Amino acid sequence: MTDPAIHKYSYFPGCSLATTAKENNASMVAFCRKIGVELVELEDWNCCGSSSAHSIDSELAAALPARNLSLAPEGRPLLVACPSCLLRLRQAQLHLLQNKDQQQWYQGTFDRPVDTQLEILHFFELLERLDISDVMPDAFERLKGLRFAPYYGCMLARPPELRHEKNYYGLMEKVLTSLGASPVHWRFASRCCGTFLSVVRPDVVTPMVNSIVDGARQAGAECVITACAMCHLNLEVRCRLPDSVPILHFSEALSLALGTAESDGWFSRHLVDPRPMLEQRGLLHSNG
Amino acid sequence: MHDTSSKTIVLSGSHNKFGEQVLKRAGTNFNRCLHCQSCASGCPFTGAMDYLPNRIIRLVQFGQIQPALESATIWACVACNTCSIQCPMAIDIPGVMDALRQMAIENGHQIAEPDVLNFHREVLNTIERYGRTHKLEIMLRYKIKKRDWFTDLNVGLKMLAKRKLDLTPSRVSDIGRIRQLFKKSSKDA
Ligand code: SF4
Ligand code: SF4
Repeated sequence: MTDPAIHKYSYFPGCSLATTAKENNASMVAFCRKIGVELVELEDWNCCGSSSAHSIDSELAAALPARNLSLAPEGRPLLVACPSCLLRLRQAQLHLLQNKDQQQWYQGTFDRPVDTQLEILHFFELLERLDISDVMPDAFERLKGLRFAPYYGCMLARPPELRHEKNYYGLMEKVLTSLGASPVHWRFASRCCGTFLSVVRPDVVTPMVNSIVDGARQAGAECVITACAMCHLNLEVRCRLPDSVPILHFSEALSLALGTAESDGWFSRHLVDPRPMLEQRGLLHSNG
Repeated sequence: MHDTSSKTIVLSGSHNKFGEQVLKRAGTNFNRCLHCQSCASGCPFTGAMDYLPNRIIRLVQFGQIQPALESATIWACVACNTCSIQCPMAIDIPGVMDALRQMAIENGHQIAEPDVLNFHREVLNTIERYGRTHKLEIMLRYKIKKRDWFTDLNVGLKMLAKRKLDLTPSRVSDIGRIRQLFKKSSKDA
């Protein structure tokens, strides 16, 4: 642990953060920089296969993540922002470990080794390793009074082969509470957001999203805080309630506590504008 | 005593070829299933399913190829793992759904939810073209196939206005490698 580069991580943003959720990406990178963690984007990374590869083509579901594993520079853990990408990358790595022939084929195809030992970690795991009072000494109480509904969606549920990995239920509450915010108790923290059914079966997903957002409101939350860009998008685009609440990315909430949030670049991209609520709470500043 | 009349389902034990194929593909032993229905009670999408998740497992155990492969359930499953995380027998239920979906495509079965398949294909198409997904193109092509321009038009416009749908794709520069992966996969299929 004396490695001077210990705070340097390879970084896999994934398609959502690179496009629809740029504010999630920007706030993630800004937050990490502020706490002394440098994220080096994986050069020329490709899509992990999303929900579609494993759904209809298992071979691609293994191959696409494998290329990403081959791109990671040795000795530096790979930080993944999106919980679904994380699952795809980890599962592919696990299968690759068990299949030497496949390892060799990829190695030949990519002209470089595929790192089957690469440490792949989610943003949550990075946070868990840090002492918040250490890395955010000035942020205590910055979010004072903010009542939020922590929303994990399906990210904490994993396939049986990965079920013995550590579970991070409650991490958002733990971190945000130490920054002064108060979580509400509600029923929908781990209810799946509908993922791609949001596109194909809006008739199924809309009532579900409505009940999630309504559940947050009824529990007294001023906002929902999400840990996944896909959840964020679905909660925003599928909610049909006249009085929805703003949906914030966890990384945005952390940046708000550090005073580094960018009002225009980030919050202007939200479908439910969180700025009035944030201004009321004194969380947005004119530079923002 | 086995009743051999046509209405009786005979549990075929080791002679259930279909079950063996699914088992091999999915790599999870669904024969451990207790039919406790935890999966079905937890699944958020049973409203879009014709068979509950554990009943799909039952169909496979009974060698009922057609109802299993032509069910809407296998297409409604989003692999959220809500079921498998609470399955007392640690069965990878979405893994079974993946296997069934792919067998349905390969064996030319009727697809109960063609829109879902179209969507997945359009996602993979953009990955083959750019190395990354391109949401605007996925949506447009999906809509062209579906011949449905108006449902969700307001959602699309809102996303455009909020700059959530990029006009141009984010691209991988070494796209040749990506295409190679796609070629290999279609050859092996
Ligand atoms: S939860 Fe597991 S054991 Fe119970 S019915 Fe579902 S698959 Fe079978
Ligand atoms: S993985 Fe599929 S079957 Fe299981 S709970 Fe999610 S949608 Fe339902």
